[in-house]
Amino acid sequence: MDGHEPVTGVSSGPTPSAATRFRFSVGAVFVLPALALYLGFTILPLVAVFTFSAFHWQGLRLAGFDALANYLRLLAPSMLRQEIARAFFNNCIFFLGTVVLQNSLALGLALLLHTQRRWRAFFRTVIAVPFLVNPLVVGYVWTLLLSPTFGPIAAGLEAVGAGAAIRPWLGDPDWVRPLVILINAWQWTGFPTLVFGAALAAIPEEIFQAALLERASRLQVLRAITLPLMMPTLGAMVVITFVSCFNAFNLQYAVGGVNGAPAGANDVLGLVFYRVAFGGDLNAIGASSALATGTFVFTFAATILLRHMLARLEERVT
Amino acid sequence: MIRARPAQRQQAAATGILTLYALLVLGPLVLVVVNSLRSTAAIYARPIGLPTMDGIANYAAAWSQARFSTYFVNSVLVTVASLVVGVGAATLAGYGLGRYRFAGREAVGSFFLAGLLLPAQLGVVPLFYLLRALGLIDSLAGLTLIYAAHTLPLSTFLLAGFFRQLPVELEEAARLDGARELRIFTSIMLPLVRPALMTVIVVQCAPIWNDFFYPLVMIRSNDHFTLPVGLSSFVDQYQSDYGGLFAALVIVSLPLILLFVLANRHVIAGLTAGIGK
Repeated sequence: MDGHEPVTGVSSGPTPSAATRFRFSVGAVFVLPALALYLGFTILPLVAVFTFSAFHWQGLRLAGFDALANYLRLLAPSMLRQEIARAFFNNCIFFLGTVVLQNSLALGLALLLHTQRRWRAFFRTVIAVPFLVNPLVVGYVWTLLLSPTFGPIAAGLEAVGAGAAIRPWLGDPDWVRPLVILINAWQWTGFPTLVFGAALAAIPEEIFQAALLERASRLQVLRAITLPLMMPTLGAMVVITFVSCFNAFNLQYAVGGVNGAPAGANDVLGLVFYRVAFGGDLNAIGASSALATGTFVFTFAATILLRHMLARLEERVT
Repeated sequence: MIRARPAQRQQAAATGILTLYALLVLGPLVLVVVNSLRSTAAIYARPIGLPTMDGIANYAAAWSQARFSTYFVNSVLVTVASLVVGVGAATLAGYGLGRYRFAGREAVGSFFLAGLLLPAQLGVVPLFYLLRALGLIDSLAGLTLIYAAHTLPLSTFLLAGFFRQLPVELEEAARLDGARELRIFTSIMLPLVRPALMTVIVVQCAPIWNDFFYPLVMIRSNDHFTLPVGLSSFVDQYQSDYGGLFAALVIVSLPLILLFVLANRHVIAGLTAGIGK
């Protein structure tokens, strides 16, 4: 079946010899340590979450089979439901802002970077540096930079006589959402830029030259050639952005603490999940497992839907 | 020549915009380093200024009083141990999957691959009770097992690919000379994938070093904090020690940036050396 498979001994005869059969099991033995680790510390906990969500818990004690009651309790009118709804809304805003800002910025930067010869490697390296910084650190850095009392941005405004515009930006519910999107974009815009750059480099140069011969304008080339050819990459980036925005935790924790301050404007599903799971509620295991399963099902379904929609869009454009 | 001029001007404009962007990216990081070398009083008086000698005191305070030395050692221990266990297991598995045929190999390969799509963090509550049952809450060993397990899908996938690409002749020759399975693995295969191993280690290093979520949940005592949790507890405790906080931010971030600057060359050298053979 695997003609290309470089397995020795198999090709020597139609029936495997005793020695080859021995090697078969040797292969399985090599896999065992990783399989045990993976099963125990990744798969088992995920299966357990799914199972736990169907039970009612009193601390660590199983208090009975609950079917969907944990899920229904999350949806019943309560403080928790309000928090989940608000966090979900914030995740959506975070995703929408990020996907538009970051990808359009990155597309522009990638096109500019494509024109560079001498400095391309340098810019690529600089763009990638923030990836290495912990999002938690990024959050603290920008909290310091945006401080109204000693931050350089406030000082700059003061210096140009615009001191009246200074406010505790990250402590203001109206400002914090767009600012967190910007801070996140500061860290990650380089990622789609590099990916788009690779996609641009993969487009054959002849196509552009042919378009230039036909006196196509720069904008026409972008709309008729570059963008359609880059649609699969753009689509993949939208999906990646979606998944990472719904997994957000560190940056929001650094900016607004575990409660997503100010006034929950910075609260996201990851923080709600953490509070439910480790906040000391008697049914914490049941409730958090239902929330985790629900989040997983939602992001999984939304990812599939998103990919489907993007594929449709791609068909229409190309 | 005349037609080239507008193109040149456009290219210069592009370089200008990119330079502006590079400054926007690097500026805040430079400012953090500069402010980490200024006293809190100086930062209060003027947000931007030149570093001074007494700024070293920030690092001394963060390193010893705020216990960043402990957190640093813990982070190094956990990262190194996780890489040894995780990449070690993935190397064996990648070898098994890449070079042998056995019943269920395809299924096992896909099973590892599926892990790339699973949000492993959602399993944190059962994982917490699992570690508690094993007596591994508030221990670096517990964190190590989690990280090692979570790196497996990507590492195994990459390494199986590398092993698969190796030429079959060397292995056959060794087998004719009577080499045993383990000997073939250690003296022939392992040296050949060393560049690939470096790549995998570099890729897996940053997520482990930067992880905040698991130590936040699993670690209780100061003695076992890694840098990210140590940093967040520092922020909660010393809210107005801005000089110290800037120094702490540098201590958390610099090792990774340095490592990548150094390892980048190493990885590229390793890869080209592999091609040269």
